[in-house]
Amino acid sequence: MAFFEASEGPWPALLIGVPLLAAFTAIVTWRAARLLIWSGAAVVPVLSVVLLARVIHAGGLRLPIGGWAPPLGIAFAVDGLSAGFIVVTGLVMAGVLLFALPQFTASAPGAAESRAGYAFVPLVFLAWAALNALFLSGDLFNLYVALELLTLSAVALVAIDGRSGTIAAAIRYALFGLFGSLAYLLGAALLYAVHGTLDMALIAERATADGATVIAGALMTAGLAAKTALFPFHAWLPPAHSGAPAPASAILSGLVPKASFYIIVRIWFDVMPQAAGTIMPVLLGVLGSCAIIYGSVLAIRQEQLKLVIAYSTVAQLGYLFLIFPLAGGGGEPQPWAAGAWTGGIIHAFSHALAKAAMFLCAGLFMEALGHDRIAGLRGAAHHLPLTVFAFALAGVSLMGLPPSGGFTAKYLLLTASFAGGQIGWAIVIMVGGLLAALYLFRPLTYAFTRRGLEEREFARVPRPRQVIPLLLAGLSILLGIASAAPYDILQIGRPHAAVEGLE
Amino acid sequence: MSALLPLTILLSSLIPAVVTFFLSERNVYLRNGLSLGGAVVKLVLLAIMLSEVARGAIYELRFDLVPGLFLLLRVDDLSLLFVTLSGFLWLLTTIYAIAYFGKSAHLTRFFGFFSLCVAATTGIALSGTLITFFLFYELLTLSTWPLVVHKGDAKSLRAGRVYLAFTMPGAAALLVAIIWLESAVGPVEFRVAAPLHDLGDWSLRAIFALFILGIGVKSALVPLHGWLPAAMAAPAPVSALLHAVAVVKAGAFGIVRIVYDVFGIGLLQQLTLGLPLAILASITIIYGSIRALQQTDIKRRLAYSTVSQVSYIVLGTALAGPFATIGGLIHLVHQGLMKITLFFCAGIFAERAQITRIDELDGIGPRMPWTALCFSIGAMGMIGIPPIAGFVSKWYLGIGALQAGQHWVIGVLTVSSLLNALYFLPLLYRIWFRTPSDAAQAAAPREYPVALIAPPVLTAIAALATGLLAGSSLSPLSWATLIVERSYLP
Amino acid sequence: MTEMPVSSAQLFGLCGAALIGIGLYGFIAHRHLLRRLVGFNVIGSGVFLLFGSTGYRRVELGADPVPQALVITGVVVAVSATALLVALIIRLAQLTGSARLPEESPGGGR
Repeated sequence: MAFFEASEGPWPALLIGVPLLAAFTAIVTWRAARLLIWSGAAVVPVLSVVLLARVIHAGGLRLPIGGWAPPLGIAFAVDGLSAGFIVVTGLVMAGVLLFALPQFTASAPGAAESRAGYAFVPLVFLAWAALNALFLSGDLFNLYVALELLTLSAVALVAIDGRSGTIAAAIRYALFGLFGSLAYLLGAALLYAVHGTLDMALIAERATADGATVIAGALMTAGLAAKTALFPFHAWLPPAHSGAPAPASAILSGLVPKASFYIIVRIWFDVMPQAAGTIMPVLLGVLGSCAIIYGSVLAIRQEQLKLVIAYSTVAQLGYLFLIFPLAGGGGEPQPWAAGAWTGGIIHAFSHALAKAAMFLCAGLFMEALGHDRIAGLRGAAHHLPLTVFAFALAGVSLMGLPPSGGFTAKYLLLTASFAGGQIGWAIVIMVGGLLAALYLFRPLTYAFTRRGLEEREFARVPRPRQVIPLLLAGLSILLGIASAAPYDILQIGRPHAAVEGLE
Repeated sequence: MSALLPLTILLSSLIPAVVTFFLSERNVYLRNGLSLGGAVVKLVLLAIMLSEVARGAIYELRFDLVPGLFLLLRVDDLSLLFVTLSGFLWLLTTIYAIAYFGKSAHLTRFFGFFSLCVAATTGIALSGTLITFFLFYELLTLSTWPLVVHKGDAKSLRAGRVYLAFTMPGAAALLVAIIWLESAVGPVEFRVAAPLHDLGDWSLRAIFALFILGIGVKSALVPLHGWLPAAMAAPAPVSALLHAVAVVKAGAFGIVRIVYDVFGIGLLQQLTLGLPLAILASITIIYGSIRALQQTDIKRRLAYSTVSQVSYIVLGTALAGPFATIGGLIHLVHQGLMKITLFFCAGIFAERAQITRIDELDGIGPRMPWTALCFSIGAMGMIGIPPIAGFVSKWYLGIGALQAGQHWVIGVLTVSSLLNALYFLPLLYRIWFRTPSDAAQAAAPREYPVALIAPPVLTAIAALATGLLAGSSLSPLSWATLIVERSYLP
Repeated sequence: MTEMPVSSAQLFGLCGAALIGIGLYGFIAHRHLLRRLVGFNVIGSGVFLLFGSTGYRRVELGADPVPQALVITGVVVAVSATALLVALIIRLAQLTGSARLPEESPGGGR
């Protein structure tokens, strides 16, 4: 992580401070929530974009908090990867908050007194603060704290509607998540014992492929994989993500697992690429492949839209793990074949946007129909054309069809696997894309069915709310059309291991 | 300006598509105006470009994505051949569709996807690289699916499923082929020779097979043709689009691109891939004709006829001599004109006289003279009766086969023409010479409005004219000759 | 503290490891959610002990304060997590009458 020292104050702390403040204010005075949402949803994304602009300009920032340099102090470290994640988080969060505005802050008497109405806004802001803190951290322990804050707010979001099913789902999630955190913390403690620091850049300078480092890496990866719902730790995800209210699911599915994945990427590519060995990348790739196939097959078999989307998340998260075996592998005639790392990250971005859009669409279907059974979607294309269109656009990105962000990612991953002679991963990617088409076209087919329209009741859904998922889905498409920009941004501070592969 | 022309021509259908999606059902005039306006603008642009490209101009627009991945829109002689056809037929099909649907529901969606479909076809025609081609090829799949399922009944939904079951794996095969090739030799631009020899012979053969597998789905090569007859459940304008304007043509055009502009004839012969492709095309021609013969439904018979006819293009491409190539390329245009005439007429028969089965055609000729006349011209053209366009194609294909030393192809052409006659002549006989049943006589079908009848009349005239005036410098034949002289002659 | 022999750091480390093992057993073997939560806290204590013991690494400088600071933070995090889980478990028990996950209840998947 070669950062340019920048002589500026730790103003990026505002990215954590503003949502945190918003969360606490919302807890104390929920009546001001509407104003808060508007200002928070406006300010933090703007800050994110400013940060991105600074990163593009300065080529990576390293901001010691309070002027104390590591190892004694702790530092924010921002490069293209973290700035990209922060911006995507900002976009999804802003969209979700605007979407949820009428749902949870309705002025109807009694509406705001419900648990969901009271807790949703503060929890979302807490999660936002946690995500930003996580992506800003340059230090393994800060990452731990941010990750815990994220897990706790995510667990609470799952349980927000208070039915016994969702509470059980939340507890299951919490058990996996806490187990994961402890494994991660144990790994961090081991690294500290060996290297005497938790600053990632410093460990990267000191780490070798010694046994303790490898064990620490394995422990942290196992813990984080449980939080990322990597197969076979995925069992908690579908009930948790499908049980939560749709806007919460959008955050849970689109952003939360990306955070722990981000740490895994940081650990292996930035901190200790030389400790990866040959087995670990392949193992992660195999588990990712299992997730793709297993998640997709189960998604095909679901009868409820939200479960389809949740299982699709299990599958889509699997793609992310293919970057471990595929990174590197660039041959002479096609240097861009080393783009698997970038491809994986672009996949994470486009999945975040598309999956959030998809859950918001599912939420609109539920509002209009009162349920989310796929067979009940008949006629939706007529009554909610914008929502169906947004769902389809998000689907295009998930299937990896051009010109979406999902396609760019798939292209980079496929090229890397062909150029590196690792055809097996390419087959998994292709099969995964076809299975995705199977599970996504099923609800769409029902939506286009016209039979039985007359007796079906669709409640009205205001247009502005339908526009939000459309915008998010459109962004995930735009990520492919204008993929040169995210690609270049991700090259800022890109670790060498991303190009040369894990040893 | 020259860089913007390809973009403008793409936008002339893309903008109507996108704007249409946001219109309400009530904005009928604006919606129709958008589609028609886009089509007219496109034709004007095409006229400009045709004259410029004839003088040797090339238009290019490059758009970079990630490294190694860029989009290239490029107008050359071959792309103009296809885009002119689809632009002309788009205008007529739009007029026809407006008249055909009248006031029925969900038209905003229909016209939106319809324009999107044409935008995708334009994109396919203008693509200058494999990846660009793939992008628009997928866009075409996605934008035709809602059209296929447009009616929303069980039959069209099944058709939609079948369509996806063929096209999605096809697209996957195509993508694998592209990436396999490009990961070894770099981005492949059409008409820029890529160092394909870096790959082994067997890898190249496998890649070629994947290409044919991927694109053959759209061009309905046997055994990848199953979706086409199923898609007959869609309304008549969609059939016209699938068979003449966009989908099937995109497949055939893609095969032409792969054979000539990616692999090149020399390499293809070195790998001995031309002959298998020609045999596959011949099998498709014969099989499609035989299946057409077995159908009792007019549209299904026409569908199998398309399966058969489109493979003429593939056959001409695979034979690879100059005359065969010309024959294949002009058939791209000729088949489009004739088949769209037939589908327009079949749609009118179905809408205005409730005729969908062949035995119901008895004696319809005198009562619906315009439609029946156009249908007859289209059918005779398909058989290859001079001076209609189809004859010219077959003539060139025949000479091309002799030139390439593949005498057996003459046999295929003869058998296929015989079969064509066998499955079209009985229709013409019924239309003109049989007396209608009493019930049919009681009904008085009317050919209205003009907008419904004018498109088939125009396409029928065009099919006649391209045959009669094949020697003129403005004919598709001259253009195809120009393409072959410029690009594919050694 | 400075004269503390190095071997006691190892002793703390081993104790931590033992605690992790015991806690892990409880966490996995039990079905009652409160017991699993206790198991989680025992693992947590083990990890914190282990982490704290790494503070002995540079004896000549005295105890390294960083692990202590980190452990305190960790304890706070663990307490919050425990509080949230207890709240959830109580709610689950109120709603279903059982402090077990539905798929692990004796009655089956209710």
